[in-house]
Amino acid sequence: MLSIRNIVKQYAKHRALDDVSIEIEKGSVFGLLGPNGAGKTSLIRIINQITAPDQGEILLNGEKLNPSHISKIGYLPEERGLYKKMEIGDQMLYLAQLKGLSKADATSRIRYWFEKMGIQSWWNKKVEDLSKGMQQKVQFIATVVHNPELIILDEPFSGFDPVNAQLITNEILELNQKGATIIFSTHRMESVEQLCDSIALIHKSKKILDGKVKDIKDLYRNNTYKIAYSGVLDSVESSLFTINEEKKDEKGSHLTIQINPGFSSNDVLKFLIPKVQVTELTEIVPSMNDIFIQNVKN
Amino acid sequence: MNKIILIIKREYFSRVKKKSFLVMTFLVPMLIIGMYALIFALSIQGGNNIPAVEVIDESGIFNKGLENKKSATFRKSELSLVEAKQKVIQNEDAFVLYIPGNISNGGTIEMFSQKKAGISVISTIESQLNDQMRTKMLADAGIDVLTLDKIKPKLSVVSKELTLEGEKDSSSGAAMAVGFAAAILIYMSLFIYGIQVMRGIIEEKTSRIVEVVISSVKPFQLMMGKIVGIGLVGLTQFLLWITLSLGLMTVASQIMFKGKMDQIKSEVPMNKQAAAVSIDGPGMDIIKAIQTVDWTYILPIFIIFFLGGYMLYSALFAAVGSAVESDTETQQFMLPITLPLLFTYIMSFSFIVNNPDSSLSFWLSIIPFTSPIAMMVRLPFGVPNWELALSIILLIAGFIFTTWLASRIYRVGILMYGKKVSFAELGKWFMYKE
Repeated sequence: MLSIRNIVKQYAKHRALDDVSIEIEKGSVFGLLGPNGAGKTSLIRIINQITAPDQGEILLNGEKLNPSHISKIGYLPEERGLYKKMEIGDQMLYLAQLKGLSKADATSRIRYWFEKMGIQSWWNKKVEDLSKGMQQKVQFIATVVHNPELIILDEPFSGFDPVNAQLITNEILELNQKGATIIFSTHRMESVEQLCDSIALIHKSKKILDGKVKDIKDLYRNNTYKIAYSGVLDSVESSLFTINEEKKDEKGSHLTIQINPGFSSNDVLKFLIPKVQVTELTEIVPSMNDIFIQNVKN
Repeated sequence: MNKIILIIKREYFSRVKKKSFLVMTFLVPMLIIGMYALIFALSIQGGNNIPAVEVIDESGIFNKGLENKKSATFRKSELSLVEAKQKVIQNEDAFVLYIPGNISNGGTIEMFSQKKAGISVISTIESQLNDQMRTKMLADAGIDVLTLDKIKPKLSVVSKELTLEGEKDSSSGAAMAVGFAAAILIYMSLFIYGIQVMRGIIEEKTSRIVEVVISSVKPFQLMMGKIVGIGLVGLTQFLLWITLSLGLMTVASQIMFKGKMDQIKSEVPMNKQAAAVSIDGPGMDIIKAIQTVDWTYILPIFIIFFLGGYMLYSALFAAVGSAVESDTETQQFMLPITLPLLFTYIMSFSFIVNNPDSSLSFWLSIIPFTSPIAMMVRLPFGVPNWELALSIILLIAGFIFTTWLASRIYRVGILMYGKKVSFAELGKWFMYKE
C-alpha cells in the first residue's frame, strides 16, 4: 500500500529523518512509534505532501506520490484545530470540498457521519461553542469524511475522555474492516499495542525497529515467568531456572524466574507440582515500552 | 484552481457576512453625510451666541461705526476705558474693543473680554477697520474713493477642459480633493486589509487548522486564496461606500436645498444676510465640484492602484502573519512594511503636492512600493499615459515579486510552532528547498 523508501529530510542544521524506509501493507493497522521529536510528524507531513523529502521517494499503491493522492489520504494532525467562528456544517463542507468532494456528495457524507455520531443538532453551531472533546469528534469526521484509503492519525487519543476514545477506536477499527489502511503515530507505546498489526520505531531520526507486533515481541521474549503458589517450597534452587525475585505475602508466594535454555515452562511445572500448589503461571511478555526503552538504551 | 476558488469563497463570505462588515459599510457613508450635514447646518445657523462688541473709539476715525456681521454685532460705547474694563470683569458676555487715539500711523487695537474672542470675530473687525482706515487715507491723499471703486477691475479666470468631445467646466480643486482622498483611502485600506490578511493567517496558524487545510491544498493556494478573498471584500466595501455616499448625498442635498429655501422665506431680516451667504456655501459647492470630477477616469485608476498596492503589501503582511503566533509578536516585522507606506504618505502631502512634476515625484509614483499612494496625489495635476502604464506594469511586477518572496516564507512559517523568529530565520526559511 505505502512504500517509504530511504527518506531523508534535513532542516538547516537538524536532520529530521535519516534514511527511513518502511513498508505498510494494505488493510493493516500500523503503529508509527517513537518519543517526541523523533521525526514522526516530519514523516507524516511528507506522506501528506505538506513538505517534500530531500532524498528518497514514497509510493502509494505503486505510484509515486502526487497531488491526485490527496483525496485518498485522511489526516488527523496532532495539533487539532478548526475555524473557531465558522459554523460546523459549513466548516465540514469546506474541508470535504477541499479534499475534492462535490458539494452534494460532501453534504450527504457529512449527514451520514453526523447521524452516526449522534451530533445532527450541531450543524449550525460554532466551533467555539463546543467542548474540546466535541471538537475532536468533529475533527475526526473531517478526517474520514472523504472515505480515504489511508488514514493517518497523529496522537489520536490525546484530549479524548475514555468514553469518546473508545467510540473513536471502534470507528477506526470499523473503517479498517471496510478496507482502510490506518497509520497511528504516537509516543504512548502502550495505547496502540492492542490495535496495531505492525509497528515501526523511530528514534533520533532513524528507524530502529520494525515488523509485525507478534514477531517483535517473540524476538524480545526472554523466558521470564511469574509463578504464584501456596505451600512451602524448601529448596527453590534448580538447574531449570534462575530466580529473579521472590516474594511472600498474605495472598501467597510469588516467584519471578527466568527459565534456562533447553527447558520449557512445562518442565518447571513438573518440578513444582509435587512440592506446592501452583495457582498461576504466566509468561512475562515485554511491553512495547520495555522493548523501546531497551532499544533506545543500546 | 477549483480549490483556490473554494478558499476565496470562504474568505470572502465569512467576512462579508460578519456584522462588523455591515456596520462599517453603512456607518462610514453615514458619517460622511453627517459631517456634510453638520457643516451645512453650522453655515446656516451662524451663531446663537453672537458677541455684542462695545466699541470705544478715541481716535474718532471710525465715526461710521462697524457694520453688524453674522459673526459679531457692534455698538458704540460712551463708557471710558476704565469703566468698560470694569464691566468686562463683571459680565462674562461683554466684549470691549478699544481703539486708542494715536492710530493714524498703524498700531494696536485691543479687545477685552472674559471669553476669548473667536478668529472670525477678530478677522471681521480687522478687515472692517482696515477698510475704513484705507478709505480715510485715500481721501487724505486726495484720491476719490468713488472713482477708485469704479475703476476696480472685475476679471476672473474660468478653467475649461478642451478635448475632442468639446469643452466643459473643470474644477481642479475638486479633482485635487478627490485625488488626495483616494490617496488617503488607499493608505488606510492597505493597512486595514493587509492586517486582516495577517490576522487571518495568525488565526489559522494558532488554531492549527492550517495543517488540515494544507494537507489538501498547497500553501501557496491557501495564501493566495486568502489575499484575493480579502481583496474582494475591500473592493465590495469601496463600491458600497461610493454608491451609498453618492446616493445619500443626492437625497440629502435635495432635502437640504428645499429646507433652506423655506428657511430664507420665513427668516427675519436680521438673519437674511447669513442665509444668503450660505446659499453658495459648502452645500452647493460640493455638489457642483463633484459633478466636475472625471469619475470614469479616476475611479478605474483608483481601483487598479488599490488592488495593485493591496496585493503587493498584503503578501508581505501574509509572510509576517505566517512567522508569528500572536499579534504582539508582529511589531518587529511590521516596521519594514509600514516604513515605505508612511514615508510615501508624508512625502505625498508635503512634497508631491507642491512639486507634482519633479523627478522625485515621478520616481515615487513609479516605484511599486510607493506608487499606489504617490500616483493618486499626482493624478489631479495630470500624468502622461505612458507614466501611468509604466507605473501599473511595475506595480504588477512588484506584487508578483512580493508574493513569490512571501510564499517562500509562508510555506515554512505556518508549520513552525513555538519558535521566536528573527529576520535571519526568515532568510533561512526563504532558502529552504520544497
